[in-house]
Amino acid sequence: MTETNSFKKGIFDGIPIALGYLTVSFAFGISACEAGLTIIEVLLISMTNVTSAGQLAAVPIMAAGGSIIELCGAQLVINMRYSLMSVSLSQKLGKSVRLRDRFLISFVNTDEVFAVASAQSGTVGKKYLYGLILTPYLGWSTGTLLGAAAGNILPQVVVSALSLAIYGMFVAIVTPVAKKSRSVALCAIFSAGLSCLFRYTPFLSKIPSGFVIMICALVASALFALIFPIDPQNAEEREEK
Amino acid sequence: MDFMKFLPYLVACALVTYLVRMLPMVLVRKKIENRFVLSFLHYVPYSVLTVMTIPDIFYASSNPICAAIGFGVALVLAFFDRGLMQVAAISCGAVLAAELLLPYIL
Repeated sequence: MTETNSFKKGIFDGIPIALGYLTVSFAFGISACEAGLTIIEVLLISMTNVTSAGQLAAVPIMAAGGSIIELCGAQLVINMRYSLMSVSLSQKLGKSVRLRDRFLISFVNTDEVFAVASAQSGTVGKKYLYGLILTPYLGWSTGTLLGAAAGNILPQVVVSALSLAIYGMFVAIVTPVAKKSRSVALCAIFSAGLSCLFRYTPFLSKIPSGFVIMICALVASALFALIFPIDPQNAEEREEK
Repeated sequence: MDFMKFLPYLVACALVTYLVRMLPMVLVRKKIENRFVLSFLHYVPYSVLTVMTIPDIFYASSNPICAAIGFGVALVLAFFDRGLMQVAAISCGAVLAAELLLPYIL
């Protein structure tokens, strides 16, 4: 089996991911600063977490002085998808990837890094993976810093428009899969309905956002796993988007 | 935000995120066989991202109508398999255009 293991190819393959992250992390930097965090704090969040959805959910909990349990619970459920990606990617790692490399590579195992690494034929080596995580990591950190620092300079109308970037990225991840898979489409619609129910129902709307994400995702995913179980043979292929 | 108040949040947040990614890659060497677990994990990302997007996206910009226009643009572009960056950037552009033009239309 061939092993993809060129650092240069990794860096190169990471560039489109890094450019995409610039827009999204720029928007994150702006919104997190507006929520009341300092530039250094916002940058630290991006450099230690490297996850769009998780960070976006974390900021309001931090800013509102929410409980650590709520924060951890939200992160656990929102980022649970990475477990599957890490399991899947672990099957694709070449012989050059040692145990200590796994500790580092998993740190930047984002949706996009996972998708690109999985798309290589054969196994992937450590040099390639280090290149592939380096450029997106720099893009994510730089974009956050720029957004946090320049957010105040930009006109309000631009800041307001940019805050849509992160949601645009989520739409871009879900829609193509929902188009091909009826069960994923139904699951997304069901999840949206649940989310609205929690937002607009008098008593339910008091529940903190981190818990709402957790409850909705657990209920919807478990329900659809029971009604529309996937074919284990195709599981990995489907996850690669 | 006060840094000493912020620090426990940062550590907790980063730790949970890292463990979720690191433990499976370090510990799991065999393939998962359980069909329910596989199916559940398959649906989680799409459910999470949708819950985070709806209805929050409509409150993301200064005006729900502009945000809805951006959402529509993102949906159409994503449906035709445009990349993440393109969808994110163009939907932002659509919101900006809507925000600038709306005062003249209404």
